Amino acid sequence: MKVGFLHSLLRKDEKFLLEEFRRREGVELEMIDDRKLEFTIGENGYDYDVVVERSINHSRALHALELFGAAGVPCVNDPAVARVCGDKLLTSLALAKAGVPQPEVRVAFTESSAISAMEKIGYPVVLKPAVGSWGRLLSKVNDRDAAESLLEHKAILGTYHHSIFYMQDYVPKRGRDIRAFVVGDECVAAIYRTSEHWITNTARGAVATNCPVTPELAEISVNAAKAIGGGVVAIDVFETENGLQVNEVNYTMEFKNSITTTGVDIPAKIVDYVIAKGAGDVG
Amino acid sequence: MAVCPVCDAEVELGVDAEQGELIECPECGTELEVTGVDPFELSEAPQEEEDWGE
Repeated sequence: MKVGFLHSLLRKDEKFLLEEFRRREGVELEMIDDRKLEFTIGENGYDYDVVVERSINHSRALHALELFGAAGVPCVNDPAVARVCGDKLLTSLALAKAGVPQPEVRVAFTESSAISAMEKIGYPVVLKPAVGSWGRLLSKVNDRDAAESLLEHKAILGTYHHSIFYMQDYVPKRGRDIRAFVVGDECVAAIYRTSEHWITNTARGAVATNCPVTPELAEISVNAAKAIGGGVVAIDVFETENGLQVNEVNYTMEFKNSITTTGVDIPAKIVDYVIAKGAGDVG
Repeated sequence: MAVCPVCDAEVELGVDAEQGELIECPECGTELEVTGVDPFELSEAPQEEEDWGE
């Protein structure tokens, strides 16, 4: 089986995956550096059985998946999954359609309508870029004064992305949230991400500890994964008074801090899934 | 063996080094990219971009 490994910089996560692929018999691995890629639209000369996407840039990942997908190459993840997960608005829509619990979300396009929406949610409100990663430019808006000031700043940031206002009810996290790893139909592992800061991305310094995969966590995580199209995804989950709620879904999941923490060989699970996808055993 | 482009320290190539791999200079801590394995070449890693990460 020929596996295309789409990448740019190779982080520890990619190294774990590469080691695992090289341990497997019958796998021919070809590295595809997104910085050297040239596509010709209409020419479908790819002989990969499957492409696994591990680019560090969301925009390159998304567009490369679209191109490989259009050429008929099975991809992990599917281009449609990258499209939905790369946009928090599309993710929220998909979760809502599937009935997966999430915090209240409102969207507005102007400063005045955004203020109105935030007042209806009630402060604090989390204002997020619809397209964004590693917790960048997330804002916890505590009152109307802060909202007005922040929106004024956003309006002059210069790109239209910042004038799509995605607003989410702030969920008190008690210092932690949950990151659940879903591969196919299974929630394979989960971690707590603990931080004194309200942003709990491990890329921002949160500490990872093992989180037991309860039936409730497995159910909401797998449902969230199915809602956005399935595959290999990481689900960020809040623990609330009203049960678990899904915050975000990530399609190029980072797991390097979670293998020892959980005792689960996450790269092996991913590689199993990629090989099954290449063999046509999963959709 | 290659030289850190920032601090001139000598950096050893790991046996499993890959082209494109991110490593850290053991002397100055700068993030470096392995831009070649045969011969071993290093460059300063690209700066983080707005759409990096999950």
